[in-house]
Amino acid sequence: MDASAGIEAQNLARRYGRRWALADVSFNLAGGAVLMLAGPNGSGKSTLLRTIATAVRPDGGSARVGGFDVVTEREDVRKLVALLSHASYLYDSLTARENLSIVADHLGRPRTNVAGLLDRVGLGRRADDVVATFSAGMRKRLSFARVLLQEPRVALLDEPYGQLDPEGFDLVDDVVRELKADGTTVIFATHQLERAASSADEALLLEAGRVAWRGKASEVAV
Amino acid sequence: MLTAALRKELLLQWRSRAQFMAVFVFGAAALLLFSFAVGPVAELLRQFSAGFLWLGLLLSSTLTLAESFHAEMENRAMEGLLLLPANPRALYYGKAIANWLQLTLLGIALIPVMVVLYDAGTTRIPMLILVIALGAAGLSAPGTLYAAMTAQVRSKQTLLPLLLFPLIVPALLASVKATSLIILGDPMNQVRSWIVLLASFDAIYWSLCGLLFEKVVEE
Repeated sequence: MDASAGIEAQNLARRYGRRWALADVSFNLAGGAVLMLAGPNGSGKSTLLRTIATAVRPDGGSARVGGFDVVTEREDVRKLVALLSHASYLYDSLTARENLSIVADHLGRPRTNVAGLLDRVGLGRRADDVVATFSAGMRKRLSFARVLLQEPRVALLDEPYGQLDPEGFDLVDDVVRELKADGTTVIFATHQLERAASSADEALLLEAGRVAWRGKASEVAV
Repeated sequence: MLTAALRKELLLQWRSRAQFMAVFVFGAAALLLFSFAVGPVAELLRQFSAGFLWLGLLLSSTLTLAESFHAEMENRAMEGLLLLPANPRALYYGKAIANWLQLTLLGIALIPVMVVLYDAGTTRIPMLILVIALGAAGLSAPGTLYAAMTAQVRSKQTLLPLLLFPLIVPALLASVKATSLIILGDPMNQVRSWIVLLASFDAIYWSLCGLLFEKVVEE
């Protein structure tokens, strides 16, 4: 595992129509660090994660992941990064196992990890049920398994606690700790500040697309 | 990578196989309605049968092509694959091949309907299937590209045929002509040249659309 997959963002900006979702965001994150991303709804947290994950292109500034530029070296960035998005990235008409198998096939990896990952996220007994029958929380767990299957060096988790039950909260905490132990760089956007602060090293507060505060996660006022 | 993409497409199509039946019924109903337009004149029905078959297939194709991207857009599944990163070209060819297979099957399934309704039988079945396969390839390659382009817009059901139909006119003409020669007889042995022309259009569509797909799906 290459622990050097840090993230550098310089004056990052992104707009949707006439509205700037990210106005001027700059920060550095060392490889292997865990950053908690906080801020009110519409502050730009998801856009920042999607820009770093190369799902959207920045309209200004630049960002590098593991030294690779998110615009010009998109493919290299994608090999390092896994995004847990608001969208589940799942096929509703396929089973949980089939969804993960598709990911494994596209990554060129054996499907042998799939069953273990489904057990890991608590979906082992529903592995052969179609996703259309899943609750929102179960979909979230499956999306989590999808991220873990990618074995990323950078994990970008957008609202990982969203829709989960208390057991699911513990699962997220465990996974973040495991990723950190493996040297994976983690950014997670959340409103669960107290909970997230216990797993994160650093915190970044966004407001209206700008960095309002940056400091240690332990300093976050709850 | 192409194998993985194709396997996924075939699995998705298998899960939505009820839709294939619905599209087949739609195509058969279209052929029936076309026969009403001509009236009970056996010679005229036979003469127009090739054109009607391809019109039925063309109208049905807009349904299957648009539907093929529904699952990709539902939970942004295609974005998820692109971020893995999956090769966009492999994703395109996987989907285009799956659409081609579905349209070819649909075309073959419509042959008996055409024979019954238009009395348009032929003994050159393998040649007819070849033309249907080549014609379906001419529909599915640009159709898959345009279905990807229109998948995220609100009026995709209108926009897809508007964009697709003008582009596939050459392939459609060659398909109709070749089918017509197979059904009505080919004393001048012209069918081969139409098939070569159709295959040439297919080669252009399949290579160009594969190159353009990445521009369409990436922001």
